[in-house]
Amino acid sequence: MSLWQRMTLIFRSKANKALDRAEDPRETLDYSYNRQVELLTKVRRGVADVATSRKRVELQVNQLEQQSTKLQGQAQKAIEMGREDLAREALTRKSGLTSQIGDLKAQQAQLQGEEEKLTLAQRRLQAKVESFRTRKETIKATYTAAEAQTRINEAVSGIGEEMGDVGLAIQRAEDKTAQMQARAGAIDELIASGALEDVTAAPGDDITRELDAMSSTSDVEAEMARLKGGSTPPQAIESAEDGGDILESEPVSEPAADGNEGGARP
Amino acid sequence: MIVRILGEGQFDVSDTDMDGLNELDAAVERAVDSSDVEVFTAALTALLDGVRSVGVAHDVDSLDESDLILPPSDASLDEVRQLLGDDGLIPG
Repeated sequence: MSLWQRMTLIFRSKANKALDRAEDPRETLDYSYNRQVELLTKVRRGVADVATSRKRVELQVNQLEQQSTKLQGQAQKAIEMGREDLAREALTRKSGLTSQIGDLKAQQAQLQGEEEKLTLAQRRLQAKVESFRTRKETIKATYTAAEAQTRINEAVSGIGEEMGDVGLAIQRAEDKTAQMQARAGAIDELIASGALEDVTAAPGDDITRELDAMSSTSDVEAEMARLKGGSTPPQAIESAEDGGDILESEPVSEPAADGNEGGARP
Repeated sequence: MIVRILGEGQFDVSDTDMDGLNELDAAVERAVDSSDVEVFTAALTALLDGVRSVGVAHDVDSLDESDLILPPSDASLDEVRQLLGDDGLIPG
């Protein structure tokens, strides 16, 4: 016997055993129908659960991408200020985020796949349940208990196989979702614990603080120079480092582009 | 013949097409026996692709039983073993 013939027999016997309990064969119809409706509810809930997990991962991807963009901006700014050490730090953190984002995107795709599979399973089961309901009413109306037996068996085994298939699909989706929830939870915890927050959280993180401090120092110097020199426009950051220059130098011919830029770039 | 791929649904496959599929089937069976994961994955993919390409989707609202049931396309070797074992096939 081939592997799949064996599998088919096992699958079928389990599906039938689950429904083989009514005294009057016509009761089997109602019993089976109730189980089908329960299963439909379960698969709908399964689709909703997977969608929720997918959205959670999407949210995390968005958060991490924002943080990554911010770090890129900080690196750029640090370079402009001649702070290679800060730029290096920002880029190092960004590369850590990039691998997290890659993992999360893979998870997101996998959850999307599960969601689509379950949605299709739901549609297939729905069609078969409808068909079973019609058949059930016909059998009940037309046949005596004895005559109905064969037809009932056919209908019940046919849908029993579909139910086994859908039940398996739900179980697999639940298993996969549970694994990913654990990972998503770990990332949420990481963000909450501050391991990522240092890198990212709005104005509190260290790179931003240092850049802000440097910017405000140079802004103050530039402002001072402007006041002392009358119409002297704000100086470039580089010249702000040796303050004496500002007073001595001639008013620069072109104003520094980023002389009064205080915060991180978007 | 009606062939079900778990997670995908039922396909009608003509008897003449079954010969080719049986060869692919035998390859999967050998891979399961030899516990070679890579060979198994490739053989299962080939078998399921074969069913999808020669088969025609069976009426979605029919209540017919399948003649043959195949594992889902992303099933692992362990999962197939479990499906063939005594527990875990039909939850609930």
